[in-house]
Amino acid sequence: MSAILVHAPGIFTTVQDLGREGFGPMGVSASGAADAVSLRIGNRLVGNPDGAAALEMTLLGGAFTFERAAVIAVTGADFGPSLDGVALPMWTSIEIREGGTVKFGASRSGARAYLCVRGGIAVEPFLGSASTHVLSGLGGFEGRALRKGDRVEVGAANSLFRKRSLSAKALESLGPRKVIRVTDGPHSDWFVESSWKTFCGNAFRVSEQSNRMGIRLEGPPISLDTSREMITEGVSLGAIQVTPSGQPIILFVEQQTTGGYPKIANVISADLHSLGQLRPRDEIRFERVEMSEARSLLIQQETLLASEEIIQE
Amino acid sequence: MRKSRTSETQFRAASDQSLLVYLGEEIAFENHQRVLKLLRLLQSEPIDCIRNLHPAYSSLLIKFDALSLDHDELQSRLIPYLGGLDREPLPAPRQIEIPVCYGAEFGPDLKDVAEMHGMTAAQVIELHSSPIYVVYFLGFAPGFGYLGGLPEALASARLETPRAKVPQGSVGIGGNQTGIYPFSTPGGWRLIGRTPVAMFRRDANPMSLLQIGDHVRFRAISEKEFTDLAGR
Repeated sequence: MSAILVHAPGIFTTVQDLGREGFGPMGVSASGAADAVSLRIGNRLVGNPDGAAALEMTLLGGAFTFERAAVIAVTGADFGPSLDGVALPMWTSIEIREGGTVKFGASRSGARAYLCVRGGIAVEPFLGSASTHVLSGLGGFEGRALRKGDRVEVGAANSLFRKRSLSAKALESLGPRKVIRVTDGPHSDWFVESSWKTFCGNAFRVSEQSNRMGIRLEGPPISLDTSREMITEGVSLGAIQVTPSGQPIILFVEQQTTGGYPKIANVISADLHSLGQLRPRDEIRFERVEMSEARSLLIQQETLLASEEIIQE
Repeated sequence: MRKSRTSETQFRAASDQSLLVYLGEEIAFENHQRVLKLLRLLQSEPIDCIRNLHPAYSSLLIKFDALSLDHDELQSRLIPYLGGLDREPLPAPRQIEIPVCYGAEFGPDLKDVAEMHGMTAAQVIELHSSPIYVVYFLGFAPGFGYLGGLPEALASARLETPRAKVPQGSVGIGGNQTGIYPFSTPGGWRLIGRTPVAMFRRDANPMSLLQIGDHVRFRAISEKEFTDLAGR
């Protein structure tokens, strides 16, 4: 089997696919790519199924040598990728000769870049998925972030290679947003109108302590009705819970499956991938939308992702 | 805001792809039995657009494919399930015994917990290992069971500053709940002991030693027995 050798791992590089759904009763969250849209596009560019596993890099990328000829695509944030010292375009499929080294630097925009390889990254699946769940050390490559010297195997490809690129128009409409749209959360009525004004009327800064489990935000405190007692319940991806200090935390891909803080709002599905591109110190704002609008935005996004026109050959 | 009731059942949209079904408004055995019954029904006769289920004390969060249906449609598809809950029998719960070495390096907070409640460490151990606990649900981390049934006298506030790393197998008390950390993770519960038994094994079937609805009892063991069991 062909493989990729890790010369430099970057700050935090893990194997991710679209995650494992259906194991909530075991306390296992879905995990999966933080920016699933970039992963899916990358896979389409190299002729993989949408959910094939790839390398997800965070803030600073690594250096990887391909043992054999391969076809790759780099998507997500711009980490200044290069192939054997020559700058590499993103959002397009690229042929790599045997022994070629792809190198990434620091993020120029966004938080996560994806290195997708034709055939996908091959690891033993855990509960049906290749995704790494870092907290429990399960899934992915030995349940952990990659290290220097790791040898990561690449799966067999069964499609013929055709050069593919993402259309500029698709790239623009699928790009990450800094105004995050939300629907009311299950405890939205625990928050009075002035709390909602604080929440929607101010910018919040992404804390350094954010990770794949949760995005901690810093901003003016959001007050809530503390007389009510919350019973721990299931939490959804993108739930925005407010801690007793009034600071919001967005539950992200490696979230706890249950939680005990009240949730003012929930990020809409169409904006979840934007969360994966948030860097520490980025500022975001929230915009409240109706459930029906959230749904049509999702349908719109999925229709675009499924359309043949966004990929140019 | 979506809010509607069917007898004691209340629905709330949690996100554009999830619906919370509340089967009661408090932590009560009967409410949890209803959660368990609905979970089992949805597992044995699945609704095809459901992606995931997150049971808890008195509620079930249902994640669904928002491209195929909306909250209202899911809600109406749940009605026949909810109508059959009272007739749905539950199997006798499994009985799980967890050996625990209490105190010393295994339970660094045992002394504090004893002092908080004006007890001796031995009394805390005696009290903690007496009741039969119910696994209300698994959450926080894979295989982490939230156990109900902690004697009120042992309820202890969480640590003000959570530990960055709790050793695997640690048994803790958080508020009126007790549980075992299956992995070395951050954690804010007060640690009173540790089990040598693996709580989550990917080569086991089921992987999680604890399942929702199980009955659990703790058995105090010596340091020697801990070492012997850990070596197996």
